[in-house]
Amino acid sequence: MPWAADAHAPPPRWVPPVIGLGFERRVALRFLIEGRMQSLLIIVGVAAGVAVVTYISALISGLQANTLEKTLGAQAHITISARDDVVTPARERAASETLFTRTQPRDQRPRSIADWPALMAELETRPGVAAVSPMISAGGLGLRGEASQAIALIGVDLDRYDRIVQLRSKVVAGTARLSPGEAMLGTELAADLGLAVGDRFTISTGSVSDGARVTALVDLGVRELNRRTVVLPLRSAQSLVGLPGGATSLDLRLDDVWAAGTLAAGLQAQLPYRVEGWQQANAQLVSALNAQSISTAIIRAVVAVVVVLGIASVLVVSVVQKRREIGILRAMGATRGQVQRVFLLQGAVVGALGSVLGVGLALALIQGFSRFARGSDGLPLFTIALPPSLALQVALGATLAGVLAALVPARSAAALDPAQAIRI
Amino acid sequence: MTEAADLIELSGLRRSYNVGRPNEAEVLHGLDLRLASGEFAALIGPSGSGKSTLLNVLGLLERPTAGSYRLLGQETSTLDDQALTLRRRQALGFVFQFHHLLPAFSALENVTLPALMRDGRVSASARASATAMLTAVGLADALNKRPGELSGGMQQRVAIARALVNEPPLVLADEPTGNLDRASSDEVFRVMRRMHGERGTAFLVVTHDPRLADRCDRVIELVDGKIESDTPRSAAAPPADQPG
Repeated sequence: MPWAADAHAPPPRWVPPVIGLGFERRVALRFLIEGRMQSLLIIVGVAAGVAVVTYISALISGLQANTLEKTLGAQAHITISARDDVVTPARERAASETLFTRTQPRDQRPRSIADWPALMAELETRPGVAAVSPMISAGGLGLRGEASQAIALIGVDLDRYDRIVQLRSKVVAGTARLSPGEAMLGTELAADLGLAVGDRFTISTGSVSDGARVTALVDLGVRELNRRTVVLPLRSAQSLVGLPGGATSLDLRLDDVWAAGTLAAGLQAQLPYRVEGWQQANAQLVSALNAQSISTAIIRAVVAVVVVLGIASVLVVSVVQKRREIGILRAMGATRGQVQRVFLLQGAVVGALGSVLGVGLALALIQGFSRFARGSDGLPLFTIALPPSLALQVALGATLAGVLAALVPARSAAALDPAQAIRI
Repeated sequence: MTEAADLIELSGLRRSYNVGRPNEAEVLHGLDLRLASGEFAALIGPSGSGKSTLLNVLGLLERPTAGSYRLLGQETSTLDDQALTLRRRQALGFVFQFHHLLPAFSALENVTLPALMRDGRVSASARASATAMLTAVGLADALNKRPGELSGGMQQRVAIARALVNEPPLVLADEPTGNLDRASSDEVFRVMRRMHGERGTAFLVVTHDPRLADRCDRVIELVDGKIESDTPRSAAAPPADQPG
């Protein structure tokens, strides 16, 4: 008899879990298959939760990416401009004094950034900065015959500016060119003035007027910009505005759009000019995007909790149903740990299978969206994609949720007293 | 010729329920008992005498409240749950009255469960042992049947096969025939005696049936938590199932 030899040896204190958890795996899978209906129900439940979370995440990030692209497509990431003129008091107020003042604000004229070429060269060498472009911007009037429109004129170096906002790709008619005497117009403005490519019109800034020939029409992606924008060569704008050799602002494009906040703050501390990141310039949009992200996060958290509770409830019932079998297994010599792992594995399997099904469902939903959500022009509103990293993240999350959900039922299964469990 | 080694040694064994509470009740009152290797013993007594409790304590499913229980020469009352579990796995086989097989597994799978539990896999030799054991109990044709497809007697035989597959020194059976008709009971008992004869495994069988008790080598009678009598049975009426 095999026992006689080591009858007096104490039994091993701890049994290492066998690699692959063969016993736990086979029992867990068999239990799941045995409870067909229950298992299927909960897997579908998990799938629904996973599909919702995945779809919403993909939708919101697609939406946000699209919005940002549109917004930043016509803007610089960081803009450096000369400070507004402020009124300073003739002398400082002493602590014991009370001042009664009436301050007349200064009128704001276009002001140039002093020595901007040197600043531009220095900024280009900074890490994280992808491109720098000087700009003269001012208000004025566009005139053609009897028509006149208020315009925002921007004088740029075409090549540099193209690196900031990809202006060349936004041309819808004509060719992008800014030789002296040439101009590019926003599509709506051209329509309002009745201008086509090749036509001439007059630009007036109050004191100075000049003529220009239209070389191209551009669609900047934002209606308001298309109604007002006139793009001129830097030199022409400098003379129109009365700032020879000047630039009212420097536009920066960064390698990482999200670094704008910190970089702008850093620059602001170092430069005497006004430094504004795109997030400051579009504060409302940023708040809206943040609100969206927070809402999405809340939805995801709530769905996760529901999924965990669903799996947990099914497993709790399963433990009750399987009392006797657990008792038999324990009597046969299954350790508490082994019994616990059987149920933890069931949770993991349900989570994993549910997430695979759920990701599939989400893909179908995304396809449906792309097919049915179209703008007024019949083109898809925007594309949303399911990045593999999101799918993987979700699958792992659901599996973990399954294990988490199984923790309490698994413990109670392991804690069952075999003698009691068999008796019932 | 040395004495057969002691498998079980109980001294002053007591077991109470609801210890410390107002409804505390002592079920086993200081039992002394020795079981040697290879014995085939019956445990009889009226309902409520504590037979199942004694079997649970012997099976390391319940701890004694006082006294000593030495299994294979080692004191068990000081072992923790993990150690008790491993002892059960290695030293004991169980046959219960009913609901003792996992319904989701076939007969063969049920019998290979102890190997699966111990090794994490069912090796070819484990499968062969299980098949041989099922054949020995007369169920070679039922290997892939689920318990639901087997009669009560057949299920018990599968349970016996499973209890024996790891070749434990002792099998504890709690009313193994309690649920069966006479013919099936006889069949099951015959199988147990045959296994005992072929393998020398000790059996302790709790039974209500005096006919079956008479077919054991020793009858221990438990009344009101005390051993009333402990008598060896002679081979006066040799039943057909005992080998010569």
